[in-house]
Amino acid sequence: MSDNHCNHGGLCGGKGKETLKAGVWITNPVAIQVLGICSALAVTTTLMNSLVMSIALTFVCVGSNLFVSLLRDITPRRIRMIAEVAIIATFVIVFDLLLKAFYFEMSEQLGPYVGLIITNCIVMGRAEAFALQNPPTVSMLDGLANGVGYTIVLCAVGFFRELFGAGQLFGITIWRTVADGGWYPQNVVMILAPGAFISLGFLIALYNWLSGANDPDKEAAS
Amino acid sequence: MSDISPWAILIATIFTSNILLTNFLGMCSFLACSRQVDTAVGLGAAVIFVMVCTTAINWWIYTHALIPLGIEHLWFIVAIAVIAAFVQFVEMFVERFSPKLYHALGIFLPLITVNCAILGASLLMITRNYDFHQSVAFGFGGGIGWMLAIVLIAGLRQKMSYSDVPRPFQGVAIVMIITGIMAMIFMGFAGMVKI
Repeated sequence: MSDNHCNHGGLCGGKGKETLKAGVWITNPVAIQVLGICSALAVTTTLMNSLVMSIALTFVCVGSNLFVSLLRDITPRRIRMIAEVAIIATFVIVFDLLLKAFYFEMSEQLGPYVGLIITNCIVMGRAEAFALQNPPTVSMLDGLANGVGYTIVLCAVGFFRELFGAGQLFGITIWRTVADGGWYPQNVVMILAPGAFISLGFLIALYNWLSGANDPDKEAAS
Repeated sequence: MSDISPWAILIATIFTSNILLTNFLGMCSFLACSRQVDTAVGLGAAVIFVMVCTTAINWWIYTHALIPLGIEHLWFIVAIAVIAAFVQFVEMFVERFSPKLYHALGIFLPLITVNCAILGASLLMITRNYDFHQSVAFGFGGGIGWMLAIVLIAGLRQKMSYSDVPRPFQGVAIVMIITGIMAMIFMGFAGMVKI
């Protein structure tokens, strides 16, 4: 799932700033590596949900990268996957309990998708591809960078879906809908499932256009 | 919520609330393995089998072990451990007794542990308070629905290799958009069964 990281000028070996840049833009986990799509589609009906989900993923990614990296020398090669899953699941449970304790409505809305961070390929992919080979501080930074990259994409999808679907942002009315006596005819499809696929499709296309991906020598990829 | 017949759940999870097209579960392997119809069928079959068995096992463990012991907060870690162990076990079993099936299915099995449709089905059935029969129907229907979606998209992607897709849309972007259109088509089934 993560062999293609090092194609981009060997940035994986880079430290600090380069690690950040790689995670946020160059190898953006959602737009380029197409990982963690499930939650990117499911929770983006509103901007607030997207933001909470992004915080959850960043938290889990930083935490699990730190611990996978700390334990990397004493983890036997054969059982490393199980060890990684156990570490990730622990952090997910911690976040889930926090959310239930302090922000119960949000935990109801996100439903099973918080639990599904365990099988989110971003977290697993970073643990496997980065934290296993790198010291704790850089691994945490890598987790943070990927979390931020995920946050950007999720919030962009959430922004367009909430704005076009309900005329609102963070639950505050921006465009008054026809139903409320305003002028904006709601586009309900954006809130429903198909809107998620289509918005993300267009966002990935926009990313490709901006970053000049899909250049002629990679054309055969599709 | 939980007095619907298992048959209704079965039909509903295949069509009206398809696990992939409305719950977005299993997208990663869906995008990675939908280039060829053969691959899609193999993976789909493996998903159906694993999903039915893990929903049954997980339901039993949750109801008869976690609730009596009062440790429901460990549910996530137990669910994923059961799935990982089950997949590992099936892999060993199939390799030992049917090498032919192992070659057909073998490469897909490790992928299934991280397929969020499997874990998602287990988490959803508990959230929705299904009983045992409903859970198994949900797992079976979910698996069939997932296979249906991935096989249909694989067919479209094979045809699409002859079309002239604008450059920024090539690859994943266009697949997402046709999946969106597919989801809209499946919305046409809404109202057939309610869950």
